[in-house]
Amino acid sequence: MAQSNAVGMRRPGWAQRLKEWLCRESTAGVICSLPFIIGFVLFLIVPMLLSAYYSFCDYNILAPAEWAGFKNYVKIFTADAKFVKSLGVTFFYALISVPLRLTFALIVALILLKNTKMTGIYRAAYYLPSIIGGSVAVAILWKRMFAIDGTFNTVLNMLGIQSNIAWLGNVSTAIWMLILLSVWQFGSSMLIFLSSLKQIPQTLYEAARVDGARGYQQFFRITLPLLTPTIFFNLVMQMINGFLAFSQSYIITQGKPMNSTLFYVVYMYQQGFEYFKAGYASALAWIMLLIIGAFTGLLFLTKRFWVYEEGN
Amino acid sequence: MPYRAKKALSATIYHACVLFLGFIMVYPLIWMIMSSFKPTTTVFTTAGSLIPTTWTGENYVNGLKGFGNVPFTRFFLNSLFISVVATIGTVVSSALVAYAFSRLPYRGRGILFGAMLVTMMLPAQVLMVPQYLWYNKLGWVNSYLPMIVPYFFATQGFFVYLNVNFINGIPRDLDEAARIDGCSPYGIFLYVIVPLLTPALITSGIFSFIWRWDDFLSALLYVRTSNMYPASLALKLFCDPGSSSDYGAMFAMSTLSILPVLLIFIFLQKYLVEGIATSGLKG
Repeated sequence: MAQSNAVGMRRPGWAQRLKEWLCRESTAGVICSLPFIIGFVLFLIVPMLLSAYYSFCDYNILAPAEWAGFKNYVKIFTADAKFVKSLGVTFFYALISVPLRLTFALIVALILLKNTKMTGIYRAAYYLPSIIGGSVAVAILWKRMFAIDGTFNTVLNMLGIQSNIAWLGNVSTAIWMLILLSVWQFGSSMLIFLSSLKQIPQTLYEAARVDGARGYQQFFRITLPLLTPTIFFNLVMQMINGFLAFSQSYIITQGKPMNSTLFYVVYMYQQGFEYFKAGYASALAWIMLLIIGAFTGLLFLTKRFWVYEEGN
Repeated sequence: MPYRAKKALSATIYHACVLFLGFIMVYPLIWMIMSSFKPTTTVFTTAGSLIPTTWTGENYVNGLKGFGNVPFTRFFLNSLFISVVATIGTVVSSALVAYAFSRLPYRGRGILFGAMLVTMMLPAQVLMVPQYLWYNKLGWVNSYLPMIVPYFFATQGFFVYLNVNFINGIPRDLDEAARIDGCSPYGIFLYVIVPLLTPALITSGIFSFIWRWDDFLSALLYVRTSNMYPASLALKLFCDPGSSSDYGAMFAMSTLSILPVLLIFIFLQKYLVEGIATSGLKG
């Protein structure tokens, strides 16, 4: 700036003015945001608009797209039993696994809140599954563990429980194995709960104790209400991820047996990349997007009934 | 019962329960690692016992031979390349965008910030068909481009959000002092913000690396030639029908594939915990 004052005697040259313009906060802000602006348009908006168009077309990737109006949507809603089935499976999975995982995470977080010398090790043991749970290695492991000759049956037999169930091959148990895999990864939610539990002021508990509140009363009147914002945020994010589960089920069951684990995204993948019906798959993607939007909106509407907000 | 004995007893019960549950949690992983050292024919006949009776390294030798003419080390190197490059892109672009979102007001910033939050809620799966069609048009299919280029454009809201939170915590007096000394907004980013942002950069780097390393979906969609396979996709070959089912080798390669993540977990756990805690607490 000192330099520009010295030069300021003369009319500033265009290079100087350009430099000043570039260094203005608002210009710099736009320039620093450019990666996001470009990426958002190029890798999100454009593909979404493109697929919105294709969802109204007959399009199989190889041949050019042909406008077909609402044909794909009509077929999905009126003549596609697998669509209904996969939607049901997905809802069942998300609505059971996410609340279970959050409940587990909360219980274990409360248990580990007690500080002992071993707490670090315990925390690590419970957290480890969530950090590697997304890998193909774990999916393969799961597939072998619950096979008819897998570890789970062997251990059961050793404990004296005779079992020869193919856990992943049975219509009524397969989905539960995937739910189990999801609940097993409760570790990161547990860490989130742990850190928000630590932020609850101790004075609240002291005051409650003075008033003679019992342990469970303290939990339901202080701990739980103050955790609701965290619970809400994680519920929304994990529900969305639950609706969109793919890799694990694709590797472990491929939707079998009898479509009992056919997740929506697996079905979408089959339509798009196994039958090459890109237009149809695009329509499926848009329907899911709208469902997620509606569901998230609905969750937000319930917010004021159970989520504690500062200052209320 | 005297008070102290009662206390010791309850502490013992507490530790026994927590330890037992913890053991169940990590049991599958220990089982996988141990199985990779058992002779491949005995993996399932001895599934009930954890410790191998005879230790062997032949599963690793067999597994590393890979598939066809492609050794498994090649798959790991592919994974490493993709993960490292995409992670560098993510870390640099997310930090820069977060700096603008946190410190440099301009018209329309609020809308862009909202757009960023939306990308946080849009996982890759829902976009797989749209993005595939688009990358297909661009001629990017069967290359690493779809798995690398988007990450240089801060497309993962999670990391931008993490950095914004962190930068908001850096006192503005420091920027102000630098500005008075004649530092441009770019200089402030490089010399003031970035050095202080290091913990958040490390956290972002670690998460990005783990997610890219584990990424299966985009490899499945975009990689066709087998010598370009990353490890995640190559592992899947073990459980395809028709492949020779060498379970020992399968578990050996699975174990190797989680090794980098395991090492990160052991040595950099602090950053993982911080990242989870700061980004999962939005009210």
